[in-house]
Amino acid sequence: MTVTKDESGQEGADDKGDMSAGAPKGADGYTPSERRLERERYRRARARRATAIAALSTLVTAVVLYLVVVSAPGWERTKETFFDGQYAREALPKVLEGLWLNVRLLLICGVLVLVLGMLIAIARTLPGPVFFPLRALAAAYTDFFRGLPLLINLMIVVFGVPALRLQGVTVDPVLLGGAALTLTYSAYVAEVFRAGIESVHPSQRAAARSLGLTNRQALRYVVLPQAVRRQVPPLLNDLVSLQKDTGLVSIGGAIDAVRASDIIAQRSLNYTPYIVAGLVFVALTIPMTRFTDWVTARMDRQRAQGGSI
Amino acid sequence: MSDGPVLRMESVRKTFGDSVVLRDVDLEVAPHTVTALIGASGSGKSTLLRCANLLEEIDDGAIWLDGEEITDPRADHDAVRRRIGVVFQAYNLFPHMTVLDNITLAPRRVHGVSRAEAEERARELLERLGLGGKAGAYPDRLSGGQQQRVAIVRALAVRPRLLLLDEITAALDPELVGEVLTVVRDLKEDEGMTMVLATHEMGFARDVADQVCFLDGGVVLERGTADQVFGDPQQERTRRFLRRIVEAGRL
Repeated sequence: MTVTKDESGQEGADDKGDMSAGAPKGADGYTPSERRLERERYRRARARRATAIAALSTLVTAVVLYLVVVSAPGWERTKETFFDGQYAREALPKVLEGLWLNVRLLLICGVLVLVLGMLIAIARTLPGPVFFPLRALAAAYTDFFRGLPLLINLMIVVFGVPALRLQGVTVDPVLLGGAALTLTYSAYVAEVFRAGIESVHPSQRAAARSLGLTNRQALRYVVLPQAVRRQVPPLLNDLVSLQKDTGLVSIGGAIDAVRASDIIAQRSLNYTPYIVAGLVFVALTIPMTRFTDWVTARMDRQRAQGGSI
Repeated sequence: MSDGPVLRMESVRKTFGDSVVLRDVDLEVAPHTVTALIGASGSGKSTLLRCANLLEEIDDGAIWLDGEEITDPRADHDAVRRRIGVVFQAYNLFPHMTVLDNITLAPRRVHGVSRAEAEERARELLERLGLGGKAGAYPDRLSGGQQQRVAIVRALAVRPRLLLLDEITAALDPELVGEVLTVVRDLKEDEGMTMVLATHEMGFARDVADQVCFLDGGVVLERGTADQVFGDPQQERTRRFLRRIVEAGRL
């Protein structure tokens, strides 16, 4: 099908000369028939009805949820402890200040994780006996760091490395915490990439190799672009998860958004700051998700054959 | 039901963005006949078939299947597709299923046929198309001709009212082309299957088609029996197209 369409450009070009009345785009004197107008009216009516139903059912759901929560016996008490406007106002600036640390950690660790994960995934898929040690190392790495609980990994790195008293090695809990996050998440992301690489149909590699591309070039220009494209949703999943786990760096004493809310909560015995911190994280995630959805949808549109399925 | 045309198209228009692929297409396909769509690449043959199977939404005009308008927005697309078999140019077999599973998927999941019955019919069809030993194989292990025949079996397994064949030999080498075309010819003679096929195989079209339609500039420029269109084309464009085909040694 694609082939047919590619050819069509050329064929159309040399046919154009003798199609006097024919196909200069849209200018073929076409006027929509009554049948089409009727169909479009029907579709618009359907769309309107669908919107109305969606709005109604959303409203009903919202009201029911609200009533269920509000009529709970402990609601008044819960409201005071978790949804106190004054504490929220007090907590928000501190939480946002702490969030800046989370964002920086996310950006730096995110980039490192993607690069490292990709390298490990490639190492695992390298063919040839020479690369056996590399493959084995990469496999051992992913096995170990995927299995090791993140919290334990963090404690080992954040408290263990300074205890060694090595010259020239940082004792900054943020840097060490970031390193621990990178270690664990690279293992996850490597597996995501590897799954992507292996999901590309072998015929693609065969086609690339048959054009004379080396194994490395085939990987770089044909396999990886398809693999990465397919793995965008799971990668995003891991990045969002990483974003939340940046909060764990606070075990070494760094003050991030979670820790900032914790400090206020401990002092005031009111949990509202936690809610504020939670919502701030959610607010950070949503634009990221929408953005990747938009990017992948756009890529799909450019490539797809079209059609109503 | 058997008197009227199986498939009827009236003033069908289909555009992709700015390009008008089908401008004003009329078509009637009588029961138990074979219609061949010919024309240059990009003349809209494939698009026309995809429209008939509702894989593309048409912009204007209407299409009827057994007298029922299937382009009505109220029509049930799945119910329409249950009555139409499609064989794609690139086979489109499911690579994660064996040949047998590819074939029995729709009969079992869509038509509610029991596994035993579906497999029996599948094996019978495979046998008839010379693929008796391949039921347990995976599509990637088969040759192109074999894959295309499996695709035909898959389309036939649900006993469709109408079979749409989209340049089913385009991806095959000449030896395999013969193999697949024989299958189509047998389908016509043995079962009286109603078929619409887009093809570049002019010799085959002349041989098997009851009606030949030449698509050009988004319309059916010329139509008639194979003898009329190939033997005595009325339109200048048709003549030029056929001359090119003859020069290319394909007729």
